[in-house]
Amino acid sequence: MPSSRPRFILHDRKAGKTISLDEYRNTGGYQGLEKTLREYSPDDVKEIILDSGLRGHGGAGFPTGRKWKFVKDNSIHPRYVVANTDEMEPGTFKDRTIISVNPHTVIEGMVIAAYANSAIKGYLFVRPSYQEIAVIFQDALKDAEEAGFLGKKIMGKDFSFDIVIHRSAGRYICGEAKGLIHALEGKRPHPNIEGHLTSTGLWGQPTIVNNAETLAYVPHILRNGAEWFKKLGRHENAPGNKVYSISGRITRPGAFELPFGTPLNEIMEERGGMTRGYEFKAFMPGGASTPFMPKKYYDVNMDFYSLAQIGSDYRFGTGAIMIFDQKTCLVAAALNLMQFFARESCGWCTPCREGLPYMEDLLRRIENGEGKEEYIATLREMSRLMSYSYCAFALGAAGPVIGLLDNFIDEVREHISQKKCPFGKERQG
Amino acid sequence: MIPKEIKDKLTKQIAENEYPREEVVNVMYALQQHYGYMSDEAVSEACELLNMTPLEIDELATFYDFIYREPVGKYVIHVCDSTICWMYGNDSLMDYLARKLGIAAGETTSDGLFSLLPSCCIGYCDHAPAILINGKPYGNLTPESIDEILETLRSQTSVLAEVK
Repeated sequence: MPSSRPRFILHDRKAGKTISLDEYRNTGGYQGLEKTLREYSPDDVKEIILDSGLRGHGGAGFPTGRKWKFVKDNSIHPRYVVANTDEMEPGTFKDRTIISVNPHTVIEGMVIAAYANSAIKGYLFVRPSYQEIAVIFQDALKDAEEAGFLGKKIMGKDFSFDIVIHRSAGRYICGEAKGLIHALEGKRPHPNIEGHLTSTGLWGQPTIVNNAETLAYVPHILRNGAEWFKKLGRHENAPGNKVYSISGRITRPGAFELPFGTPLNEIMEERGGMTRGYEFKAFMPGGASTPFMPKKYYDVNMDFYSLAQIGSDYRFGTGAIMIFDQKTCLVAAALNLMQFFARESCGWCTPCREGLPYMEDLLRRIENGEGKEEYIATLREMSRLMSYSYCAFALGAAGPVIGLLDNFIDEVREHISQKKCPFGKERQG
Repeated sequence: MIPKEIKDKLTKQIAENEYPREEVVNVMYALQQHYGYMSDEAVSEACELLNMTPLEIDELATFYDFIYREPVGKYVIHVCDSTICWMYGNDSLMDYLARKLGIAAGETTSDGLFSLLPSCCIGYCDHAPAILINGKPYGNLTPESIDEILETLRSQTSVLAEVK
């Protein structure tokens, strides 16, 4: 393994194989937990995580240490920790890869998060299409408990923590932290909870909801230190590594770990470049709720900071890179995405429930050659109005539309002036 | 009515929770497994087990993609129609499956074997185009591989019928 590119989540990756407890321990597994329990107070752990610059890999990029610090010494008990692997964002499948390859790094991360926040119970939230990883995780939990890393009196200390798996029945909104909490409580998963989950989360108690990938980095930070973690990234504003999921017209799609902030061109090269016979046209940097971006950004560093530098509409999201080729109509692609968001809207708030189907209708008209110039302004206005929705999902849904209008407006206008899709594919449905 | 052993198992499972409602999705999955779908009878049994109202159960049963409130076939095929699968020809994949099974999206074959449902991203974009059959993913699909999958499922079913 080249030393310049340490992989610590997917380090021992072998096709179709899960890293066992023994294999994980042979490469330093559970030493982060051991060191934590031996040397650090819960506050120390929060400080180290904050100092490491670790940010939430579920898409929002919120500093993990800051989230943990919202739980105060005098916050009420019991407290909970949730690892979110709902990832229903089109293009995103990194959490599936992480847990199927290395479940123990997520478990260890959850146990350390529980110690830092004095939580007694943890949940792994799994979507129905990931039954396989639920089984893998269940086996790993059993092994971890038998080895004393989980359950009562962890490693002989006065600290107990259990993890259960919640098998969801599948809706995009369950990935939204507040929707997820309602789902766990057996309520309809609307995201309508006032205030921070860190004070009133699951059953009204302080709850830390982190993406599984975020938690996966935690043990390695505790074992090797915040400074080590910061140096892993490609520049000072992109600490650590990142599990990018890349799909679309690329020779070798998949999820794999690279230094955070690796430029897109290097990622493309690493995965064998474009599929033979296709030319690069556009990409989405981080899942379905980020904008379409043109080739001029081919060299951009792929991390939260660098994408935000481009402009206020640009986000790194989940790091699920989707590659589009010159034969794919981006109006049709935007329509497909809007169809997804309109279908998945939970219906709780009006801008999302009513606005997304309206935007879908406008895009369908343009794609079918019935578009008018004024639809462009309406789409822009509708995109802006999505900021009035209750959660961030509707605004995310506007991302592809904003990217389409900002970067590929000629393609939209061709549809309108030619009164048909210039790519010759009439999309139905 | 569900058999006593399933009921006892669920009652025990629910009792282990501080908040019984946390088990509602598991209970719906178990009832669905027994009835083949979340029937009206299943809804009232869930109410009784969890001490919840029919409305509380129904608003969940109708919300989730993998709880079926209408009868479905023995094999439920979820066809991913999100971005990457779409780019890899999901339209023609859906058409092919529909033609092959002689049903439209949302329908069940007359022998009760297969249901065909369009679905949002199932998280196998690196194996596009992909489908899920009774929770099991199948990727990198071609007309040939689909034929093979359907054939295998059909023959498994006929073997089961003979054993019975």
